[in-house]
Amino acid sequence: MTTAVVAPVFAAFSIETSRFLQAIVEGISLAAIYALIAMGFVIIYKSTQVLSFAQPALLIVGAYLASYLSVTLGFGFWVGVVLAILLTAVLGFISERLVLRPMVGKPVFAAAIVTIGLDIAIRVVVGDLIGVNVRAIGTPVAEGFGAPSVPWGNEPFRWGDDAGFGGVVIQPRVLVIIATATVVVIALLVFFRRSKWGLAMRGSSFDQEVALAQGVNVGQVFSLSWIIGGGLAAIAGILAATSFTGLSQSSYLIALKALPVVVVGGLDSIAGAIVGALIIGLAESFTATYQAQYAPWLGDNFSQVVPYVIMVIVLMVRPYGIFGTEEVERV
Amino acid sequence: MSQISRYTSYRHDSAILPSTTQRLWLIVLIAVTALLPLYLVGLSDGRSWLILGATAFVASIGAIGLNIVSGYAGLVSLGQAFFLGVGAYTAAALGGEGETAADGSVELIGLGLDMIIWLPAAGLVAGLTGIIVAPLAMRLQGLYLALVTLGLVFLGEHIFRNWERLTGGVGQGRESAQLSLFGYRFDLDAEILGFQITREQQIYWLMLVILVVMAVLAKNLVRAKPGRAFAAIRDRGVAAEMMGVDQTRYKTMAFAISSFYAGIAGGLLFTITGFVEPTSFNLLLSIAYIAMIVIGGLATIAGSIMGAVFVTLLPKLIDVAFLATIIEWVLQWIPVLGSASGDPPLGISQIERILFGVLIIAFLIFEPMGLYGIWIRIRNYWKAFPFSY
Repeated sequence: MTTAVVAPVFAAFSIETSRFLQAIVEGISLAAIYALIAMGFVIIYKSTQVLSFAQPALLIVGAYLASYLSVTLGFGFWVGVVLAILLTAVLGFISERLVLRPMVGKPVFAAAIVTIGLDIAIRVVVGDLIGVNVRAIGTPVAEGFGAPSVPWGNEPFRWGDDAGFGGVVIQPRVLVIIATATVVVIALLVFFRRSKWGLAMRGSSFDQEVALAQGVNVGQVFSLSWIIGGGLAAIAGILAATSFTGLSQSSYLIALKALPVVVVGGLDSIAGAIVGALIIGLAESFTATYQAQYAPWLGDNFSQVVPYVIMVIVLMVRPYGIFGTEEVERV
Repeated sequence: MSQISRYTSYRHDSAILPSTTQRLWLIVLIAVTALLPLYLVGLSDGRSWLILGATAFVASIGAIGLNIVSGYAGLVSLGQAFFLGVGAYTAAALGGEGETAADGSVELIGLGLDMIIWLPAAGLVAGLTGIIVAPLAMRLQGLYLALVTLGLVFLGEHIFRNWERLTGGVGQGRESAQLSLFGYRFDLDAEILGFQITREQQIYWLMLVILVVMAVLAKNLVRAKPGRAFAAIRDRGVAAEMMGVDQTRYKTMAFAISSFYAGIAGGLLFTITGFVEPTSFNLLLSIAYIAMIVIGGLATIAGSIMGAVFVTLLPKLIDVAFLATIIEWVLQWIPVLGSASGDPPLGISQIERILFGVLIIAFLIFEPMGLYGIWIRIRNYWKAFPFSY
């Protein structure tokens, strides 16, 4: 077959196809970020039975610290990012010890409301530190080696040329986000399956009293789950802040949109978090691409509320999400 | 129970005010609250105190509503902002002034009706919305429900932002409903029997009267059969069902009543400033109401009012107590925060939000009964004074 025959075929649907493929690419990168945040929610929920509304705060703390350490203080990208993730994990640890440990044994929603209090207090302080201007996350490639100054997205490379493969733009940040999320998720799954601590966490999420009787330190499991939750929120925050909108006071909203992800997948299912992230991420991205054209009456920025619409619909059909465990209530 | 029961009959136990002393003190309290405007109007910042008082009364109505569904029936709702919004816009559409474009098409819905119509309508429309949402509550347990109501706030905000013919749109907003009852304007200065009465005083008294009516109705509801059914469902749904409490019916009822209260509060809230902006009905507003009932005391009507008054007066208290200076001073010693100097310092609204968070945490950990619980402890201490038992 000669290229002369193939080329017109691509050209015939190139614009629509490229929009479609572009939406998929954007959706998957969004899903990768959602999956990281959602895993944090699920891990904390599974081991402590607390739904953490503090994830938005942890996310924005992580992103702010990364920006502050690597850009403002000039520590360089890698040092800044690693320190930011560690410090946010420590903040998660401190939050659990100070605020949530006293709530053990109290009603689940009381603990959830406590995390709302935690979230708002932290978020206001960090929001004030971020200020009104958008902040940038540093770049992993040093300037002066022929690398672009902002390699996250301003210098996208194209998969094929415009006519050939429909001109799908894949920014480097998208590849970084997908790769990071995949590595982190696989590492966590291996950790839960293979390590002693992972076993302890699975055990105590299954039955805390039995785990205690087997010598598992459930208190440390609580701490560890918040450390992981904090770290995941920080990673997600840093990845989200690589977008062209950077880091601003409203960056935390992405973590609130990850709540529908958790609900759709089921509050206590890690597989559900990943599937939910893909559903919500793709739905949001497709709405952003096509809604203005096909359903303008839904209003501006409808894609921002699509996660909540899907959440309500899924819950009407499956009250415990797609993979969630149905609670059996005993009198 | 910290309180020794001295009741001789069930009727006595469930009375709104079991003792003469309580009745007396309530009358004193209401009288003082009602006479306060006569003193406040003379102060230099009396206007803002009167407005704050009126706002606190309206917020109390919303907080009572939230406490009925979350405190009594145990259905955690983060959706109060949405129902407030439904009430506010129903009221504004029925009682506010509309705008018509030059070509006769409607630019802003507004019928300019009387308060006797728009106020109940605001409650009823919000209540109906609550009934529509309630079937979700039937199927969902605890946290899932909280998350759906959270989603409701975002969906509501989206609708309010985009339905410009009703809300005026973001940044534009619209005028709220008019406080005119049977043609009598509460939002203007007036002269009654030779006394000069300011607009703020009138609004204060009007809101106080509505709050007293709504609070008595709520108190009556929660001590009667529905209230006991709510508490039974909250404590153990299956057990309540075994005892013949129809869960579906009472959960729907709790949602409807709570939304009705929110609708009334929403309708009134913005008549004080005279202006509604569609971005007001965000998650922060819901959290403020959660803070009110947690700080005031879950499953108490008096606590809802205490919490609402406390949270509404918080900015003023911060101002008075120089808390802003103290918090600024503490923050500068935290190294990361201190080095961000050059950024604008924390404003009162930011400190207010930090305090929301800190107070929610502190009350849930140290005093889950809220201000009401503190009050009960103080009362019981003096009851046996000088003996500690």
